[in-house]
Amino acid sequence: MAVLSPVIAIALTVFTGFFIFLAVGVDPFEALYVYFVEPLTQWWTVQELLVKAVPIILIAIGLSLCYRSNTWNIGAEGQLVAGAIAGSVFPVLVPEWNGPLVLPVMLLMGIAGGMLYAAIPALLKTRFGTNEILTSLMLVYVAQLFVDWLARGPWRNPEGHNFPDSRPFDGWQVLPVIVGDDVRINAIFVLIAVVVAWFVLKRTLTGFQISVLGQAPRAAAFAGFSQKRMVLLTFLISGGLAGLAGICEVAGPIGMLRTTVSPGYGFTAIIVAFLGRLNPVGILFAGLLLALSYMGGEGVQIALNISDQITRVFQGLLLFFVLTCDTFIFYRLRFVPARSAPRAAGEVSHGSA
Amino acid sequence: MDAQTESEGGRQSGRLGGEPTLSAHGITKDFGVLRANDNVDFSIMPGEIHALLGENGAGKSTLVKILYGALQPTAGEIRWKSSPVVIPNPAAARRLGIGMVFQHFSLFDALTVAENIALALANAGAMGQLKERITKVSAEYGLPLNPDSIIADLSVGERQRVEIVRCLLQEPRLIIMDEPTSVLTPQEADDLFVTLKRLASEGCSVLYISHRLEEVRAICHHATILRHGKVVAECDPQQETAARLASLMVGAEVRELTPPEPVSETAPVRLSVKGLSNPKPHPFAVALDNISLEVRGGEIVSIAGVAGNGQDEFFDVLSGEARAAQGSIAIDGVDCRRSGVNARRRLNAAFVPEERLGHGAVPRFRLSENVVLTRHGTREGLVRSGVVNFAGGRAIVGRVTEAFDVRKGAPDPEASALSGGNLQKFVVGREYDRKPGVFVVSQPTWGVDAGAATTIRQALVDLARAGSAVLVISQDLDEILEISDRVAVISHGRLSTPRDAREITRAEIGLLMTGISGDGQGGKVAH
Repeated sequence: MAVLSPVIAIALTVFTGFFIFLAVGVDPFEALYVYFVEPLTQWWTVQELLVKAVPIILIAIGLSLCYRSNTWNIGAEGQLVAGAIAGSVFPVLVPEWNGPLVLPVMLLMGIAGGMLYAAIPALLKTRFGTNEILTSLMLVYVAQLFVDWLARGPWRNPEGHNFPDSRPFDGWQVLPVIVGDDVRINAIFVLIAVVVAWFVLKRTLTGFQISVLGQAPRAAAFAGFSQKRMVLLTFLISGGLAGLAGICEVAGPIGMLRTTVSPGYGFTAIIVAFLGRLNPVGILFAGLLLALSYMGGEGVQIALNISDQITRVFQGLLLFFVLTCDTFIFYRLRFVPARSAPRAAGEVSHGSA
Repeated sequence: MDAQTESEGGRQSGRLGGEPTLSAHGITKDFGVLRANDNVDFSIMPGEIHALLGENGAGKSTLVKILYGALQPTAGEIRWKSSPVVIPNPAAARRLGIGMVFQHFSLFDALTVAENIALALANAGAMGQLKERITKVSAEYGLPLNPDSIIADLSVGERQRVEIVRCLLQEPRLIIMDEPTSVLTPQEADDLFVTLKRLASEGCSVLYISHRLEEVRAICHHATILRHGKVVAECDPQQETAARLASLMVGAEVRELTPPEPVSETAPVRLSVKGLSNPKPHPFAVALDNISLEVRGGEIVSIAGVAGNGQDEFFDVLSGEARAAQGSIAIDGVDCRRSGVNARRRLNAAFVPEERLGHGAVPRFRLSENVVLTRHGTREGLVRSGVVNFAGGRAIVGRVTEAFDVRKGAPDPEASALSGGNLQKFVVGREYDRKPGVFVVSQPTWGVDAGAATTIRQALVDLARAGSAVLVISQDLDEILEISDRVAVISHGRLSTPRDAREITRAEIGLLMTGISGDGQGGKVAH
């Protein structure tokens, strides 16, 4: 059932989508085809899909470590933006520096930026017991507004004809392409992250601690594992990965620091983490599926004139069905008839004591 | 209805006569492939105190839940005063006249006695009237209660009174009591027996579920013994010895324990606790107050006490899961007040907590993973450069399974798949396997079948004989008196001065349970 649950959730989502398309007034079969199948039919759309999948999977891996230990980092989107900003410091402020060292420095600063930003809700939780769901989420909006201001204001391209973007990145500052026209080196980072995460969770003491803390907090205390240290560690890891995803987006597909640097990858990653059952390999497949849902949304907008917000609807439905189906891993639905009259076992002679 | 004999004094031979208040015929209950009750027949006479005996897992709880309407039988019939009835839910049971006093109370700590009782009654009526009824009925039955007291301020014995009075207000003809004395001091248990005899003399029946065979022999008129879901015997407990009842429950001769040897005065002190105090970790917890204790190598010291007097808090401070605000703890002379749980394990101490699922072991983890849980930090090679050696864990599981006869089905199943007794043997065995110098265990045989209980107690005795210091925290006085060298009592977070186990009497222990003064002696007078 543990493996079947995501599959059933996907089936239910498609099933519901059928009726949504019907209600909107388009041919549901055509719409489902355009949404789910068409993006896979051409090489350039497949590349686009991979480009979208990479940041989502990278962030989801980090989030899965958090969620497994009962730490709820909902602010990956903000950590992504923080990483994008931190990694862009040199290209924006010192654009003349263009050599082989620039990109590694940018990536490291992106990771550091994400980590520092994630440390805020983590420290608030360990010091003051503040709920990390609220703090990490609220910091998302802070980060988004900050990057908007930076891009429009002090970091705006002076030669950009007043458009609210930074100077485009150049030469060594850009993330190199490795496959086709669009797939960049961050795809390799993702594969490395999946393998490392799998190893850490299955074989190392840290992975063991994460599982125990998530399943049995009292047993974790009995084992000498510290919940506080794990909150910090998992927030830093997931913040760092989100920051890496952020700087890769900015230095890659976008090519400059814009007012918005992500179409909600940090939130989609939450869905991917659960759809993949918090398992690195599952997340890999789940990320590809959700990237497909982004592509599908664009497709139905162009071909059938449906708002691309349909993507948000599908992603929400998917999360809802995943969480519902997960209940059935532990509980079975049974219909029990109400007992109306007494039943005797075999022949019972009435009147005897 | 036949006339009753006097409640005290002369015994009737044979059962009390008349039409049974409740009778069960052919009751069978299946949970999937597990047959929890198998064709059970039994009957309870009016005014009878009827014992239901059986090991954990014999089917007592299932049968009782069926009688109380919480479960429906797969087959079979229940008759109330000779008419067949169906009991679809507990409210219907109460309407028939069946009351139940559970082992674990369902009372709200922050509300008063009257409020709690009002919540449970179908037609409570006006609060003023209810309070009068409570005062009247509770006094009548020798269980006086003040309806305005808040539950949190009451002792466990008093809380049980609330549960009983709640039952009595509904004028039952049958009261089911599940392990009623497990939470009482010896004196409180005696008071309860007086109440039960009073009830019986008025024609109310009592179905009495208990492990405590001496009690059953003292007050019950009749006993039904279950084993593996079937009725294996019925008898008059007064005519049988406790050993005979035990062997009927278990189905074989119960093994005798090889008794502990006396301890030398010159043996080194291996666990030393001085002036330990700690405030309450949360409002309904117990503060520890100036606890001092020494355990020498080769001796078993037990701490007796009714649940909720600071045992959990004391265990957490001993294991290192909590740090005490004041006082000192030393293991083999090394001060470890600031050390965490793994540092204490490295000093060769071992700990077994009260709750095996969720605290002592992770339920959904395999046994090998549960070995790593407590032994990753003791430098045994289970963790090398951050990588866990699960094969080493499996090897330890094999050793423990052999040594403690752990029945587990698969070679390395999840902890939750084991029965209570087998999991407890594993948890104790996992620590025993390290040959610890100091061994602290809380409720070692709670909820464990007789065979496993003997194995565990023997392991504690053997460990002491090999020179380790063993500290046992237990609510089972029989167990304590069987294996201990010295006994102390914990009450309201204070520890009494330990006394020789062979000299102290149950009455003295009972007195200490009600209160301990600053000098470690019993402070209050028993009621």
